Amino acid sequence: MTNHWNDYQHSDVIMAIGGNTAENHPISMKWIEKARETKGAKLICVDPRLCRTAAVSDIFVPIRPGTNIAYLGGLINYILENEKYHREYVENYTNAPYLINENFSFDENTGLFTGAEDDPVRSATKYDMTDWQYQTDADGNILKDTTLEDPNCSFQLLKKHYSKYTISNISKMTGAPEDTLRDSYEVFSSTGEAGKAGNILYAMGITQFTHGAQNTRAIAIIQLLLGNMGIAGGGVNAQRGQSNVQGATDMAILYHIIPGYNPTPQQTHATLEDYLAATTPEKNWWSNRPKYIVSLLKAFYGDNATDANDYGYEWLPKLDGLDHSHIPAYKYMRDGEVEGMICVADNPLVGGSSSRAKLHYQKNLKWLVSVDVVENETAAFWKGPGMNPAEIDTEVFILPAAFSYEKEGEKANSGRWIQWMWKAQEPPGDAKSDLWIVNEMFKRLKALYEAEGGVVPEQITKMHWDYDGVGGEIDIVKVCMELNGYRVADGSLLTNFVGLADDGSTACGNWLYSGYYNNLENPATKKRIKEKEGIGFNRDWAFAWPLNRRVVYNRASCDLEGKPWNPDVPVIWYDEAEQRWVGNDVPDIPGSWDFEYATENPFIMNPEGVGKLFSIGYQGVGGLRDGPMPTHYEPADSPVPNLLYPQATFNPCSQRFYEDHTVETDEDRQKYPHIATSYRLVEHYQSGSVTRNQPWLNEMMPEMFAEISEEHADELGINNGDYILIESKRLQSSDDGEQGNIKVKACVTKRIKPMLINGELKHLVGMPMHWGFMGMNTGASANDLTPSVGDANTTIPEYKAFLCNVRRAD
Amino acid sequence: MQLTRRSFLKLTGAAAATATLAGMGLNTASASAAYPLRIKYTKEVPTICTYCGVGCGIICSVRDGVIVNAEGDPDHPINEGTLCSKGSSIFNVSYIYEEKGKPIVNPKRLTKVLYRAPGASDYEEKDWDWALDEIAKRIKDTRDRTLVETVDVGGRQVTVNRTNAINWLGSAWCTGEENYLFHKMARAMGVINIDHCARL
Amino acid sequence: MSKTMCLIDASKCMGCRGCQAACKQWNQLPAENTTFTGSYENPPRLSSTTWMRIKFREHENENGGVDWLMSKQGCMHCTDAACMLACPAGAIYRTEFGTVNVDEVKCIGCNYCAATCPYTVIGFDRLANKARKCTFCLDRLAADLKPACANACPTGSITFGRSDELIEKAARRVEQLKAKGKTEARIYGLDEVGGTAMLYVLADKPEKYGFPADPHVPIQTRVWNAIYAPFRVFVVIAVALGLWANRSYSKKVEEGKNKTT
Repeated sequence: MTNHWNDYQHSDVIMAIGGNTAENHPISMKWIEKARETKGAKLICVDPRLCRTAAVSDIFVPIRPGTNIAYLGGLINYILENEKYHREYVENYTNAPYLINENFSFDENTGLFTGAEDDPVRSATKYDMTDWQYQTDADGNILKDTTLEDPNCSFQLLKKHYSKYTISNISKMTGAPEDTLRDSYEVFSSTGEAGKAGNILYAMGITQFTHGAQNTRAIAIIQLLLGNMGIAGGGVNAQRGQSNVQGATDMAILYHIIPGYNPTPQQTHATLEDYLAATTPEKNWWSNRPKYIVSLLKAFYGDNATDANDYGYEWLPKLDGLDHSHIPAYKYMRDGEVEGMICVADNPLVGGSSSRAKLHYQKNLKWLVSVDVVENETAAFWKGPGMNPAEIDTEVFILPAAFSYEKEGEKANSGRWIQWMWKAQEPPGDAKSDLWIVNEMFKRLKALYEAEGGVVPEQITKMHWDYDGVGGEIDIVKVCMELNGYRVADGSLLTNFVGLADDGSTACGNWLYSGYYNNLENPATKKRIKEKEGIGFNRDWAFAWPLNRRVVYNRASCDLEGKPWNPDVPVIWYDEAEQRWVGNDVPDIPGSWDFEYATENPFIMNPEGVGKLFSIGYQGVGGLRDGPMPTHYEPADSPVPNLLYPQATFNPCSQRFYEDHTVETDEDRQKYPHIATSYRLVEHYQSGSVTRNQPWLNEMMPEMFAEISEEHADELGINNGDYILIESKRLQSSDDGEQGNIKVKACVTKRIKPMLINGELKHLVGMPMHWGFMGMNTGASANDLTPSVGDANTTIPEYKAFLCNVRRAD
Repeated sequence: MQLTRRSFLKLTGAAAATATLAGMGLNTASASAAYPLRIKYTKEVPTICTYCGVGCGIICSVRDGVIVNAEGDPDHPINEGTLCSKGSSIFNVSYIYEEKGKPIVNPKRLTKVLYRAPGASDYEEKDWDWALDEIAKRIKDTRDRTLVETVDVGGRQVTVNRTNAINWLGSAWCTGEENYLFHKMARAMGVINIDHCARL
Repeated sequence: MSKTMCLIDASKCMGCRGCQAACKQWNQLPAENTTFTGSYENPPRLSSTTWMRIKFREHENENGGVDWLMSKQGCMHCTDAACMLACPAGAIYRTEFGTVNVDEVKCIGCNYCAATCPYTVIGFDRLANKARKCTFCLDRLAADLKPACANACPTGSITFGRSDELIEKAARRVEQLKAKGKTEARIYGLDEVGGTAMLYVLADKPEKYGFPADPHVPIQTRVWNAIYAPFRVFVVIAVALGLWANRSYSKKVEEGKNKTT
């Protein structure tokens, strides 16, 4: 999130797209309701179903799953055609005037950009991005046209690209009525006026597609065009689905990054110098990367990290250029390459795509360690449906863990607030906190290597690991200090990341967290002072990364003179008398920057210094693999041809790992004619491993079900509450020969309607994702049906749009 | 620990001004004797809800080391005491009420280290020492057999120290401190297959 | 009418059921075994262990769209409380807060209150042989805390406060809803059964939410009350004996059945 929860109260229009906020982030509605009550704000809900958010929205736009870019592209077109954009903002704070290489083009027949070529490794398309660049003068300065009229400027390229996204076309693709589309476009684009705030909030209904990253790009473009970035009540607000998914991402529980959003070194980066040269731009924020990396290595390897040994860089594992996210990782398991798995509070056999297939792949594991508060499906796979324990040789270790209120530590919410949790009671029986468990696991491993040696033992033994406290417990403060950062010479804590150095004099586990534990007595993360007056930023409540900043890119909340676009809710402003930036928030402007430089570089994370309408990698930062402008591609399982680009279907750059896995032939389309989507319910959480063991929640949502329309139920000849069977291509192609479907109860509802897609009526089937075969409340898993195809940039699976067939269960 | 300790027996914020019953001339003193508050004389411990990313504050009322009530923290700036059904039910993770209304420990909570041997049809209860040592042995055995130390990149030998034989799946249930150490441990093992719920 | 009340603005309810869980949590109520029957609404009815729940109702509206209406169902704490009139044991009383409560010590488990309640909110605890329902969180009120449901509600759909202020707020909200085109918006519970301490703002007709359009105290209940009031002690003994005899008989029949099978 660029903004934060309380900030929603300042929005004039809120668009919830691909995020059922009333259901999955119910407390967000507290602040949305406040905005509606105090300033007459409007809530637009864009969702395939009439969900709980839609039930309380002002405008509900029902769209077919997988057509977000069509819908958002239509809004971009509406804004540009009707000149609803914030002209001054667009001209000065975005790359709209930047000229793009004249060779750049887009083929409206194939739906491909310049530079498309075959990627034999992935059997997909990849791009040679040479022509996706800015025009520069002899000195390397980017050429601009501030009139925005040059046909090669970003603004005109955008205008041309989205000219096909007319309301009539969008209606045919999404199935939403034209009037509803127009209403929603008009209402949202009204926030292009200076002083008005439009807020787009989203969740997995935007990201979990083969074009998920481009969906978010489309949102970013809209918010830049309307001048909604950096201001109170605006922003691109990714509503995180889990209490610490922001934090777990910050800490890089992901293969492709190391803590603080630094890329994991590749094998092409032989030395630290190579790595830093490839990833450090000349200008703006990421030019600080060497300080963050050297401090990170000092935190990792302690005294063993020296200038002479590249601070231990060689011990960091280097990637092989391939994808190592969970879809391919399970494929490596299927192929026998992966033999061990450590699974900490994760449950991919319910939460992962094509989960039935994964159940079978796990038979190839030699050992599995599961750390959780309950016995989840992933740990219990050996007794899952269709499994014969006698034939499964996997050793399973289940380590009982503490629940959240049985341990202390910090969690980062969607608004980047790093909040402290205090411990209320001891965990039951022998259960222990994950912190204790990881400490003990690593200590044993290190001791084993120290005693016996082994292959490259230094990788383990040189890791700095000294967190023991008294009485066999781990001292969490030692971890906090390392994360916050300290001076190596005397161990004193750093105030914030400004103090980090690239000469080995500082150690810091995660530069973004620098400042969260700035002192031992009253660290920032433990602050609990609720704001009495102000604009709801609560600066003395916990700590928000970076630097306790509550709204990022907040320079853009002011005009060129440094005056707030909206003086009623000023985020920051330039104090002429004092000659400095002041305000309700920590200015997103380095102290060393003068007024002019800050005005030219409001988007400090980009080397260009401005927001990108046309998104390309520049000086090694930013850019997407599948194109500089979001383009409508169908989902991998698509019910219809691509209406806009006749020769295109799904995202040509998407990550595909399995043959014959998605619906691509007409024969398959007849076999799996219905559009399906999956989602969460407020009463359960993720794979349900914990909530399905809570009787109060089970009482409210006792069984797995699928939502279908009354028309669909009539065709099937079933009544509300009857059992139905749902089939998808994945079950057919899984190794499980037994049951090619999932059996669930039908929820026949008016809230789901057949969709009119390009003149053809299509049925929609909606399924919650929470059920599995373990616990107090068991049921079929929706994810048995979902495809293991990934987004081109992130490899997040396409959980939200796939095809299925439904039969009555006799 | 810098906590602004607040008694539950005081309504806070703007709502208090209008809603307080004593302020309306009602004799709450006699009523409180007739209807004793069950969380009187408990210790209040603030925590953060473990479900979605809003980060609501929850107050756990603890008596004799046991949580007896868990409800929204009225001092928390985001939720101001409110909670959804999951947040309101968080007590259920530890304790459930049986039919007659007696609280019992949630029978589904894991309280022992469990081990399932190859081919076995059930678990054996184990102690931590045994399990931690055995896990270390499994990791070492797999890692030592599969670690790739160097590869040839364009004619240059590059140290890569990685293994593709171990998957690490982490979670957003864990705290930042826990995940930081998990990350350190995974990288120290040479693991490159790392993922968590941000993708899953 | 009571000095304090809850205002339930159904137009702001999004069905998160924080209130429903909070009620169980605070009042230490066990969960029921339920099944999915085609709606999110669950448990299917109020009972001795479910004192409030959210109703979910779907309707096609005049604009061709669908309204998904949600609202809280629970004891209304009526001014003209049928249950109080029906109770032969005098176990149901009005508290100093203006709410209606069941005194479990006095309750003889005759279930007349449940039978007469126009809102069907009273549950019967077969194990303890007692009537049970929402207490308006009396223990919390006594400690100057909001009822658990109002405390949990994120959107301000359930608020607790002074009756005069909330009635005014309700009237303003109805005007707002009417201005937004909700022509059937209304206050519910101001005139019904003498006024209820759970006052509602509804965006549509009460029936659309599953509320009775015209709740009233059954005439039989009034007659019954007029007859038994002077002879309460005898009535209680008679009813208690009757129930005891009936239960003993049922038990024997049950035992007999067990023997034969």
